[in-house]
Order: sequence, then structure tokens, then C-alpha cells
Amino acid sequence: MEKLIAQDIYYLMYLGRAFEYKAKEHYMTGDISGFLHLDIGQEALSVASMKAFEKGDVFTTYREHIMAIARGMEPKYVMAELFGKASGVSGGKGGSMHLFDPSHFFYGGDAIVGGQIPNAVGCAYARKYQGNLEGVMVVFGDGATNGGAFFESLNIAATHKLPILFLCENNEYAIGTNIKRAAPFREQYKKAEPYMLTKAVDGMKADEVYNAIKEAQSLLEKGHGPIFIEAYTCRFEGHSMSDANLYRSSQEMKHCKAKDPLPYFKNKMLTEFNFTQEEIEAVEKKADESVQEAVEFATNAKEPSLDALYEHVFYEELNNVVS
Amino acid sequence: MLYREALNRALDELMEKDENIVILGEDVGLYGGSYRVSEGLVEKYGEKRVIDTPIAELSIVGNAVGMAIGGLRPVAEIMTANFSLLAFDQIINHMSKFHYMSNGKIKLPMVVRFPQGVSRQLAAQHSESYEQMLSAVPGLRVISTSDVNHAYHALKKAILLDDPVVFIEHELLYNKKGEVNFNDTMDPFKARIVKEGKDITIVSYLKILDDVLKSVDAIEKELNCNCEVIDLCSLNPIDYDTLAKSIEKTSRLVMVEEDHKTGGFGSQIVSWVAEELFYSLDAPPLRIAGEDVPIPYNRKLELASIPTVDSITQKVIEWGHKNGL
Repeated sequence: MEKLIAQDIYYLMYLGRAFEYKAKEHYMTGDISGFLHLDIGQEALSVASMKAFEKGDVFTTYREHIMAIARGMEPKYVMAELFGKASGVSGGKGGSMHLFDPSHFFYGGDAIVGGQIPNAVGCAYARKYQGNLEGVMVVFGDGATNGGAFFESLNIAATHKLPILFLCENNEYAIGTNIKRAAPFREQYKKAEPYMLTKAVDGMKADEVYNAIKEAQSLLEKGHGPIFIEAYTCRFEGHSMSDANLYRSSQEMKHCKAKDPLPYFKNKMLTEFNFTQEEIEAVEKKADESVQEAVEFATNAKEPSLDALYEHVFYEELNNVVS
Repeated sequence: MLYREALNRALDELMEKDENIVILGEDVGLYGGSYRVSEGLVEKYGEKRVIDTPIAELSIVGNAVGMAIGGLRPVAEIMTANFSLLAFDQIINHMSKFHYMSNGKIKLPMVVRFPQGVSRQLAAQHSESYEQMLSAVPGLRVISTSDVNHAYHALKKAILLDDPVVFIEHELLYNKKGEVNFNDTMDPFKARIVKEGKDITIVSYLKILDDVLKSVDAIEKELNCNCEVIDLCSLNPIDYDTLAKSIEKTSRLVMVEEDHKTGGFGSQIVSWVAEELFYSLDAPPLRIAGEDVPIPYNRKLELASIPTVDSITQKVIEWGHKNGL
């Protein structure tokens, strides 16, 4: 990993966490509503995956604020979407779970567990058909690996040797159900092993995630066919803001937080990449400012007009629609 | 030309012009399509464009959504409508919603073809109709095609449209004969007046429309009246304009559908008439629809579960007598 990329990853991880804490704060005040799934604890995975998979297309889940920002969306437009404002990335119609930006080849933001996987497979088919092997990365949780959409997708991706990277973020919990109670083993890559190359990494270590995904993308580009990477991670918060996290013991949470990806990577910055403490503080300050700016922007942004209700139901108007 | 040949011709013509159009579904390629709609296309366009999928309906539609995001124009085939239930997550949560949820940033030029309806003794899991559910989903265009010429033009329009379209066909229509007017400039989303008349407006769609047409002579003779028969052609949007003009002229509405009566598509038409045209009516609207039972295997029971030429004739005559015709 190059020094500049390490700096970028640390900046985005730090920014991501600050962003999520601000989102939590504004959920409490009522500026943000609905379901809000915080990514605190999983920043290494969200940021490093997006920075490593810099080309190609991305499909992901509803826990995607940090991924969207790491993919290139400006924090202020993401925050505005959480606030339901017209200048949000989805015009205030998607909310926290549905961030879309085709200009960054980022296609949601899907809130049906596993539902985005067949879409990513279809997109990978299209890309291969078009002669583009940069690949598609689809991100999903361990919970999605127990559903039919997942298994159908492994089968089809392998049959057609599609340029797709399946990235499983295994935080061990499908809302409150531990993976041990929903699957016969903790390691979900075992489900993909008969179909494709698999790899397991420590999702709390940004450098490990980055290197694994970088390598995977270069294999895809060489026509390797589908790859499955499982990253073990841990969310520090409940599933969403409406989850009091009562199913995990304080001991489990302590163990989980001991693996915090931020201090780990900060230490890397100091020791391996030779950043000074001052340089790191400057990066953190810039990130804090960006989040502050995002909150101010979202607070002052306009609500969508009522006309927006009827806009974009369809792309094309048909002449004979009468109501 | 047969109905299935008209559909095949529409696919062929467009695939020849645009290599972004691909077909996917179970047995659409080497087998030629279970109703032979895609016959000959894999030989002409290859397996990359005519894709035989595993039996995995969720993925057929889910992959089509992803292909459309990736810049293709997929035409997915569901072998028979009942199987589509496995794909309803993709149809309703993904296909119909991405354009809206993304505030217009994503568009999905895709078609899902739906052979459906009571065919011949296929029993409860191969005989159903789902237009009532599909037409109620905002964000989907829903075409129902009962006519060879319409089938040809409507499928072409559906493929060229930049919105997701559910294209409903009836399994008993594939061998129906008709002429295609290749120069027709029709709007396939507009309702078709199949027969003009002044006393009763009979609205229908898909295969049961043919049964309506076969019953009209006896009805007109017995009631000494003149029926106007309308084929809806599109269930989203609904061409209320054409319906309103007809009902204002005839003052009477009969709605005929093959599907189960409760919650059936016709209830939308009758409810609209009650709200918008109540004072234009000279008689309460009549709904003729299938029974609220799963479709049985036995032929006698099967025929008793849906409207037929005889039952349509009899019900309209009874209703006519009761209402001063």
C-alpha cells in the first residue's frame, strides 16, 4: 500500500466514524428518522474495500454511508439524504438505506437482505458481455449467505465465470441472531468453496482488506472468474438505532471493541508509513471539518417539493395516462 | 402469422438492430422456448444473447435488473406466471423501485414476459394470473396482449421503452392466428375498440376477450342491442379516456376477466366507474370473473372455475333483462 492511499484510508475511516456518530446524534434529535444502520466498528472493511476496488461497479446493503463516501460521494450530499433533503444523493426519496450514484458506479443501498446479489451478478454478466473485466463487487452480510438469492448467485456467477467479487462482511449477527444459530459453521466462505476461489481476511485490519481486494480485482481483470472474500468484522452498535443490542454481553462487546480498526490503523500510520502525530492530527481535523460541514449543509438544505412525490415513478411519460 | 410468431418476429427484428438486447430464461435457447416464442434466436444470435438460465426465477429477474443497470436491454421470460412468485421480491422491491428510490438516477429498460392463465388441465400451480398484483405496483408498466398485431407492436414498444415492463401473454393464445400490419403506428398502451356498439360496453383483456367476442352475437340477438367490446391492452397505464368515452355513450358496463373475482383487476375498472361515471350509468356494472377457488385439474371443474362463452352469454343476458334491456 502506498503512503498516500494509507492516508486516504485513515482519513475516510476517521471521517466515517465521525459521520456515523453525528448521524446518531441527529437521529436522537429527530433530524434523521426511519431506520438508521450505523457502521461504527466496521470502518476498515467499508473504506478499504472501496479504495481497493477503485474501478468497476459496486452493489451493497443498507449499512452503506461510509462505503458511499469512500466510493466518492461527498459527505454533505450523503448527510442531506439522511436528513431527507432534496439535495441528498437520492433526492430525499431513498434515505439512509438507499444511496445511489451511478456516476461513481455505486448502485445502492439495497434493504432486502441478499436482494442486491442477483443484481450484481446481472451487472457482471453485462460487463463481461461488453468486454469489460474490471469487475463488480457485491457486499453483503453473513445473514445474506443463508438465503436463496446468495446460493443462486454463486451458481450462476461460477457457471458463466463472471467477473464478480463477493465480499461477505461477517459481523456474526443477522440483527440479533448469531451466525452459529443460523448456519452450521461460522466461516461463510465454505459455502462458496465448491464454486470459486475463496479467501478469509481480518476485516478489522484495513491493510489486510485492501491487499486482498486489490489482488482479487487484478485477478478478475485477467479473466479469473468469480472470487469470494469473507472479512470478519464487528459492529459496535446495534443493528439499527431501534436495536438496544441486548443480545451481546458486555464481555463480548469488550472483546469486539478491543479490535477497533481505527487505533490499529493509526499505529500502522505511525510505524509503517512514517506519519508524524501532527500529520495524523491534521488528517483528523480535516475529517472533522468535513463532517461538520456536512451537518450544516444538511440542516440548511431544502426539503423536496411536493411535486417530487410524483417524479421518477417512470422514466418515460406515456400519452394516454389519465387519472 | 401466429401470436407466438409475432412475438418471435418482434424479438428478432430488434435483436438484429441492437446488440444490447439479450433474452434470458428457462429453456429459451437450445430448447427454443417452452411456447416456442424464442425459437431460432439462439442459432442466430448465440448463447451470449439468448441465455438458458438455471431454474432460478429470482435470479432471472434479479439478473435482468443488473443487466439493465449495466447498460443492456434484457428480455426475461418466466416460463409460467406461477413460477414468477419466486421472483416477486426482484419484481416489486427492485425492478419497480430503483428508478424512484434513486430519484431517477437509475433507469431499467427491461421486459419480463409472463405467459399465464388457465390453459388446459395444468392444475392449480400452473394456471394462475397475476395482473391484479402487478398492475397495483407503482413503477411497473403492465401490458396484456390478446391480439397478434398488438402482440408484435406492443413487445417492440416494451423492449424499446426505458422503463420496466411486465408483458403478459396468455398460454392459450400462442397458436392464435392473425395479421400483422407492419406499418401500424399504434400506441400499444392504448385500449383497442375491437367492436363498436352503442348499448353495452364490454371490457376485457387477454384470452377471455376472444370468448367475449364469441358470445356477442347471442347477447345482441337476445337483448336486441348493440355491444361495444374493448380490449384494455395495457393495465398500467389504464386507458381511462377510451373507456370513459365508450361508457358515456352506452351507459352500461360489463367487465369480463378470467382471474379470480375477489380483488381481480376488473374491480379497479368498476370502482373507477363508480367514482367517476356513476351518473352516466343506466344499470349497475356487471362483473364476470373466475371463481374464488384454486384452478382444479378435472376439465369439467376447470371450465366451471372460469368464464366461458356460455356463461358470459347467459350472465350478460340475465343482467340485461333485469336492467331494462
